[in-house]
Amino acid sequence: MYVGAVFFPLLGACLAGFLGRWLGDKASQWVTVACMALAAACGIGAFIQVALHGADGVVPIVTFIDVGGFEVEWALRYDTLSVVMVAMVTFISTLIHLYSVGYMSHDATIPRFFAYLSLFTFMMLMLVTADNLVQLFFGWEGVGLASYLLIGYWYEKESANAAAMKAFIVNRVGDLFFMLGLALTFWTFQSVEFDAIFSSVAVAQQVRFLGMPALEVIGVLLFLGACGKSAQLGLHTWLPDAMEGPTPVSALIHAATMVTAGVFLMARMSPVMEYAPTALAIVTIVGASTAIFAATIGCVQNDIKRIIAYSTCSQLGYMFFAAGVGVYQAAIFHLFTHAFFKALLFLGAGSVIHAMSDEQDIRKMGGIWKKIPVTYAVMWIGSLALAGIPLFAGYYSKDMVLEVAYAAHSGPGSYAFLMGLLAAFLTAFYSWRLLILTFHGAPRADHHTMEHVHESPLVMLVPLLVLAVGAVVTGFLFYPLFVGEFQATFWDGSIHNAAHNHVLEHAHHVPAWVPLAPTVAGVAGIALAYALYMFAPGIPGQLAARFAGVYRFLLNKWYFDELYDAIFVRPALYLARAFWKTGDARLIDGVPNGAADLAVQAARGAVRIQTGRVANYAFAMIIGLVLFLSLLLYGVAR
Amino acid sequence: MNAAGFPILSLITFLPLAGAFIILMVRGEDAVVARNARWTALWTSLITLALSLILWARFDFGTAEFQFVERAEWLPEYRVAYHMGVDGISVLFVLLSTLLTPLCILASWESVQTRVREYMVAFLVLESMMVGMFCALDFVVFYIFFEAVLIPMFLIIGVWGGARRVYAAFKFFLYTLAGSLLMLLALLAMWYHAGTTDIPTLMGTDFPRGMQFWLFLAFLVSFAVKVPMWPVHTWLPDAHVEAPTAGSVILAGVLLKMGAYGFLRFSLPMLPQASAEFAPLIFSLSVVAIVYTSLVALAQEDMKKLIAYSSVAHMGIVTLGIFTFTQQGISGALFTMLSHGVVSGALFLCVGVLYDRVHSRDIARYGGVAKIMPAYALIFMLFTMASVALPGTAGFPGELLVIVGAFKVNPWVALGAATGMILGACYMLYLYRRVIFGKVTRGDLRTLLDLSPREYAVFAPLILLTLWMGVYPSSFLNFFEASVANLVARHEAALGAARLAGM
Repeated sequence: MYVGAVFFPLLGACLAGFLGRWLGDKASQWVTVACMALAAACGIGAFIQVALHGADGVVPIVTFIDVGGFEVEWALRYDTLSVVMVAMVTFISTLIHLYSVGYMSHDATIPRFFAYLSLFTFMMLMLVTADNLVQLFFGWEGVGLASYLLIGYWYEKESANAAAMKAFIVNRVGDLFFMLGLALTFWTFQSVEFDAIFSSVAVAQQVRFLGMPALEVIGVLLFLGACGKSAQLGLHTWLPDAMEGPTPVSALIHAATMVTAGVFLMARMSPVMEYAPTALAIVTIVGASTAIFAATIGCVQNDIKRIIAYSTCSQLGYMFFAAGVGVYQAAIFHLFTHAFFKALLFLGAGSVIHAMSDEQDIRKMGGIWKKIPVTYAVMWIGSLALAGIPLFAGYYSKDMVLEVAYAAHSGPGSYAFLMGLLAAFLTAFYSWRLLILTFHGAPRADHHTMEHVHESPLVMLVPLLVLAVGAVVTGFLFYPLFVGEFQATFWDGSIHNAAHNHVLEHAHHVPAWVPLAPTVAGVAGIALAYALYMFAPGIPGQLAARFAGVYRFLLNKWYFDELYDAIFVRPALYLARAFWKTGDARLIDGVPNGAADLAVQAARGAVRIQTGRVANYAFAMIIGLVLFLSLLLYGVAR
Repeated sequence: MNAAGFPILSLITFLPLAGAFIILMVRGEDAVVARNARWTALWTSLITLALSLILWARFDFGTAEFQFVERAEWLPEYRVAYHMGVDGISVLFVLLSTLLTPLCILASWESVQTRVREYMVAFLVLESMMVGMFCALDFVVFYIFFEAVLIPMFLIIGVWGGARRVYAAFKFFLYTLAGSLLMLLALLAMWYHAGTTDIPTLMGTDFPRGMQFWLFLAFLVSFAVKVPMWPVHTWLPDAHVEAPTAGSVILAGVLLKMGAYGFLRFSLPMLPQASAEFAPLIFSLSVVAIVYTSLVALAQEDMKKLIAYSSVAHMGIVTLGIFTFTQQGISGALFTMLSHGVVSGALFLCVGVLYDRVHSRDIARYGGVAKIMPAYALIFMLFTMASVALPGTAGFPGELLVIVGAFKVNPWVALGAATGMILGACYMLYLYRRVIFGKVTRGDLRTLLDLSPREYAVFAPLILLTLWMGVYPSSFLNFFEASVANLVARHEAALGAARLAGM
């Protein structure tokens, strides 16, 4: 069962990928769905066994590398942390496979799509069940590859190709730090195996590296790696562009699972991170900044998927600062609930796009809620969960995240709390802006499109409804286990809180206004959105005109892309040409080519000496003889 | 005698030469000669490959000693002998050579139509010389093979190459020859000092510190050209661009490994102090090579040139790993050499597939190939990913080990090496995007056929190896574990002794 949960998706990917041509579209898509369903069954079974009955274990497979003490095994690690992820990933992935059957039905290369999707799931499962940093890196890069392939799935679109490349390369920047963090981990702990690392943290606390505590450096390096994958401020630029991929991909990879790998890494490394307070402070500040930064951009975007993408970015910020204040449980809890409602939102958006004949601009929608009632309803549920309205899943997790930030009683913690609160307000605002502009008001699409607006087929609606149920119930159902009274027995040591870390306990005893504040912020955001877009639709335009500078700044995403283009991309291309044309062609080749010319010249000169007259030769010989003799005598005399 | 019971190394070395003689005997019409030459060459190389697999099966992982040793007196008065043997460092390169040769012959099956007999002879001679070089345990024998490799390669580029083949062939020849003359001097000096050219004996000889310095410099020049290290790398892109596909495969797959192999066989074990002193220089050159040539690769407009520059960057990783003097670094370097041999060879074959159909290496000439040749696109993707060292492919374990090893010596060097991860992704994905993705803009591309069975046969072993090396690298790392451990231990011992003597 443990092996099945991970390897069934690989089986599905291989069947669809290599035999797709012979199986045909129908067979290969249902084969992958069946494999995923089996994996999900195994995953949930494993969840019950490991998380609820405490049957932890490691399934060793084979030795990967063993060089001079650098030992790496392929192995599947099953503890509560990984099994939570396994169950969530397989479950959501199955739903998204199912949804794709409907969504991709008009596509030309269906087996390829399903093979990629299953391959991604396999890599993600390898990542979360890794028993050491190298295997984690295998999954880490593997999901990057799958993401690259899926973003660029429609490879005839130049924008899709550019986005795919950007995603891979920006991720690689993060991976560079991951790799260095891995190397430092090895030289600090003499191992990259998790158990060995965690058991010798006490010793490693004394180790210093370049004048700093090694654990801090490891923490920062791994966090920088996580920044790439989880689109945190600075390395976030690829995520919005990644929306070029098909919508189910955005839901699975760029919302529910892959982008949360960074948060998972922080939780996985919690025994190390706990002793790296500076690194944790950095995590908190970057996370909080991302939360607010992405939320501001989300408020002015017009592409339905990009709004949700920025919302993902912002929610990832929440998860990071929860981890940063030392309550990884809350981070994973938010990750877990977020997976459901964000997948729901994306799939809902996909359903809208499907209905609107591939239109993604919310300015060209409106007035369609009666035509697609189910989609409308699930989008409401998803938005309510995202905004943190009581009883919905997001309420429990987001409240918890903000409470722990408050309870940290530290500078970064307070900053995070403040930013988180502000972002909660903005989140609710842009979510309802999206809802209102998409579904209400006068139809702004052309007549032809409006006539074709239709509810999605059942195969798409079922996953939507299941996820909607998840977006409602996962909060109160899992609250006691993840962060409530049973958390210690539930996590069973797979997440480590240091002896000095009591933030989670404090979080349950914060002043009464703290848990209330996010809800108030959320309701206020909804109210503002209603006021601006439902009742006085002229105001947003006036605001944009009045504050044109701010508007443009936000619309252009704080000019990050332009900045990077100016300081990285263009100089690199300039240097590339300079090195090639000047360095290689002129300087380096100049020397041998010059030497060759010199040799030719010298040869011509030598030809001239050959006059053919014996007297000249004799004269030269005598001179030579004299020189030779004098040198010889000089030598002897000395 | 040895573990195989018969002189296996000599057999592997000279069997291709015998095949070459048989091909030379063939007489008759051109078409008949060509067909016979192809089949004879293929069978000869396949039998050689089969023989070399005995090495794989019988090799003893447990020892760092030379195995399958053969020895015959040759010039006893000068203490020069015909001495052959392999250890963990060299054995896999013998296998790499014997594997790539049949693939090259198969890859040239249709693309070479002129002077087929001579072409096949050149390849078999080349195989002979390569294998001999990796097996040689006497410096003179080594030197002969080392130099002799140049001749068939020179001919392959110069006769069957592209438009500027003569310029490229001469550049290749002169660069590498200039380097090896210094090695000859070093060889003479060593023989003068130790009185023998037996490599195992020389490894145990203590050379004085001043002498080590000069010897190292001489070796450095010679090997640096072969690797090639920055800034003596410019012959490589020209040679690759002009060489026929199979020539590029051997050049990238095996010939580039000769320099790094030289460092491991001579510089490190024989000149430990000088190696340690020169390590910072090598590090700087390697990091410059990685960053500089990666950037240059980014600007290329010719597919082969791009891959050639990427080879220089990868060899930067190799030299860096060797001079970390850590077990991880050296094992990583060896693994990278092997994986690069497979992967860059495969990439050149990928370019060759397109070149055979369209007769252009211009990147801008292509686009949208994924739509027309999906199987080819998939295979190209696999090797692209292996080239950017994606975990699970052959490129990764080596790079990981080198970075881990380098990190111990100097974290900034490791950082420099790791930037290759980013830049490598940039140029390879950029290449892939322009060639494979996008819309089909040129009508004539639409008629291209996907891979033929012969091409599948060429790629199949390389695909298998790429995945195998990526998923289960232990089966290769085991080969050199003992030898590398021994090398590192002896290096440390030698440095320790020198330090004591200095006190």
